[in-house]
Amino acid sequence: MSFKRKTLAASIALALAAPLSAHAADSAELAQIREQIKQMKESYEVRIQALEKRLQQAESTAGNALEKAGKAEEKAVQAAVAPQATPPAAINAFNPGISLILSGIYGNHSKDPAGYQITGFHLPGGVLADVSPQRGFSLAETELGIYANVDPYFAGGLNFSIHPDNTVSTEEAFIQTLGLSHGLTVKAGRYFSGIGYLNEQHAHTWDFVDAPLAYQAFLGGQFNNDGVQVRWLAPTDTFVELGAELGRGASFPGTGRDKNGAGASALYAHAGGDVGTNNSWRAGMSLLATSPQDRIWNDVDAFNAGVTNRFSGNSKLWVADGVWKWAPNGNPVYTNFKLQGEYLRRVEDGNLTYDVNVASLGTSTGNYNAAQSGWYLQGIYQFAPYWRAGLRTERLDHGNIDYGVNNANLLRPDHDPSRQSFMVDYNPSEFSRIRLQLAQDKSRQGVTDNQIFLQYQMSLGAHGAHKY
Amino acid sequence: MFERIAKISLGALLCVFTLPAFAGLNILACEPEWGALAQELGGDKVSVYNATNALQDPHRVEAKPSLMARARGADMLACTGAELEVGWLPILLRQTGNPKIQPGQPGYFEAAHYVRMLEIPTRLDRAEGDVHPGGNPHIQTDPRNIALVADALAKRLAEIDAANAEYYRQRHVQFAARWKMAITNWEKLAAPLKGIPIVVQHKGFPYLENWLGLKQVAALEPKPGVEPSSAYLSGLLGQLQRQPAKMVIRAAYNDARASEWLTERAKIPAVDLPFTVGGSEQAKDLFGLFDDTVQKLLGALK
Repeated sequence: MSFKRKTLAASIALALAAPLSAHAADSAELAQIREQIKQMKESYEVRIQALEKRLQQAESTAGNALEKAGKAEEKAVQAAVAPQATPPAAINAFNPGISLILSGIYGNHSKDPAGYQITGFHLPGGVLADVSPQRGFSLAETELGIYANVDPYFAGGLNFSIHPDNTVSTEEAFIQTLGLSHGLTVKAGRYFSGIGYLNEQHAHTWDFVDAPLAYQAFLGGQFNNDGVQVRWLAPTDTFVELGAELGRGASFPGTGRDKNGAGASALYAHAGGDVGTNNSWRAGMSLLATSPQDRIWNDVDAFNAGVTNRFSGNSKLWVADGVWKWAPNGNPVYTNFKLQGEYLRRVEDGNLTYDVNVASLGTSTGNYNAAQSGWYLQGIYQFAPYWRAGLRTERLDHGNIDYGVNNANLLRPDHDPSRQSFMVDYNPSEFSRIRLQLAQDKSRQGVTDNQIFLQYQMSLGAHGAHKY
Repeated sequence: MFERIAKISLGALLCVFTLPAFAGLNILACEPEWGALAQELGGDKVSVYNATNALQDPHRVEAKPSLMARARGADMLACTGAELEVGWLPILLRQTGNPKIQPGQPGYFEAAHYVRMLEIPTRLDRAEGDVHPGGNPHIQTDPRNIALVADALAKRLAEIDAANAEYYRQRHVQFAARWKMAITNWEKLAAPLKGIPIVVQHKGFPYLENWLGLKQVAALEPKPGVEPSSAYLSGLLGQLQRQPAKMVIRAAYNDARASEWLTERAKIPAVDLPFTVGGSEQAKDLFGLFDDTVQKLLGALK
């Protein structure tokens, strides 16, 4: 019994002593634990803060409505206070706007494009290669554009065109004045001439896969020039613009030349305005004068021999253009319509040298006079948001060609090239487009080529502002 | 005979290409709200031309010939900024040769510069839709922003047209007082709207939501400027069953179809807000704009 008591007493004593001894022994350890807990707390606080930060970021990016609702009141308090400070500029803040246009195409042609020509319209080999259709998959023109203001007085821009054959050409590289006053703007460098309507528009803004036949036959697709351009905007409520250009004129219908002075000059006038809130329009007249020297092209002569001919002289191209746009209340987002047409007439005179390589009858030089014309008319209808459909009809008039002494040697085919095109495109956003185009092409005499194109066009980078 | 023909044709020409007759300050307003504000502050000393109207999607405007002609003769631009006009204004600035309206000049006025921007994206990627790097540009749906912009615009008018500085100052004082009273009144009226859950068609109303305490629980566009898929819409309906909203709101320029689809399915009213001056019969000026906005929202609550 007493043993029992003793043991009990001892065990009670032990039981009581144990925590005491533990207390005594571990007071240093406890401080350590406290320190650990404190550290854990701190690290969790940091983590929680990081999580909170991420949550806030998630709220603003995803714009999650629910989370935002919670913040609404908080925001309401901070509402009408001073604007926030702008972030300090980084070293690349002055980098120019860069935009990239990516485009690819699939073409299906019922006729072999080998030997393609626009019958009756002489195009130099390089130009002909550019406008000739391609079968199968290919990369279309990739455009790289860089644009920025130089200083308060000038802006500058560059546009590279990267071709599917891995060559690169400089479509545009220009500087221009900003706010010169009196409605004047001066541009210098290489630029798309302001003649006509379509000429100044970059290929990715065209409504069809290809340029109209008239543009291909008379301008090789599009005319750019190295030179100086002056434009004057009249101080009137109706848009009236006059433009003049002087330049090298190295691209077709001109040729490269090594001479002082100008090889090309252009004059144009455009007018435009609104009719009510639903309609807007622009119309114009242009003249492009070039003086090609030794413009060379391949032809088949009256004796069915392949010959090379050469022209030197003057080329004058007249362009009448007009565009009409309709959108209910001026809002083109849901539905709109655009009617566009141009008439081009080219008159050339000078000397033509027949068979420069002596492949047929031998070289002979004589007077050359030609007057040819062409037109296109197209309508594009956006029938639903994101969807557009368009029709284009076009025709060239082979006109009159006088080869002078070479009249017996060269052919004057009685053929007016024509083409009918239909397209439908889907535009998931402002920056992407997928297009299907069906066309019946009668550019070549006696050949009807049925064409199917499937094309994508996407634009990346800086949000470009587009011309009217 | 020839002389008469010449006279007639000259007369006709002058009729077609009339020179702007007004001698005051020519202001080209990119959006109608700034045109209305410039008119409030400038009175008969200014002549305002609005580049766009309330039924036009402000993101999708073209550099039309008429706008080129107006920009050429403008003494001042009154625009939102924050890249709202990025698709067309640069053309006007570059091609009209007008030194007065170039960025950095007093004649270049950007309203977004004077208010606190909301929804500034932390990630700039077009995969997020048509986002604006400077934040949501639709600042005009909060009348407190209008007051802030009015302060700055009045100063700017006085700077450009110093001869009439006192005139602009006085008009601004009057306007500011009237506007302050009007805001108090609208806030009183709109008190029941606080905390009301809404659906928006396009994310064009963060400033309005912020002002009135509306809770945006969903948007019909999954991303700004992006068309909703049917899967997205059915998901949206499911979400609204769990968390019902009281109404779906859209701007005057928005197509009615999407919000009416939701009205039918989710049984909530669609509200066609004026969004800017001219967006409804009642929104004839800035006061009418908010009278009508508050009234339409309250009407949908009943």
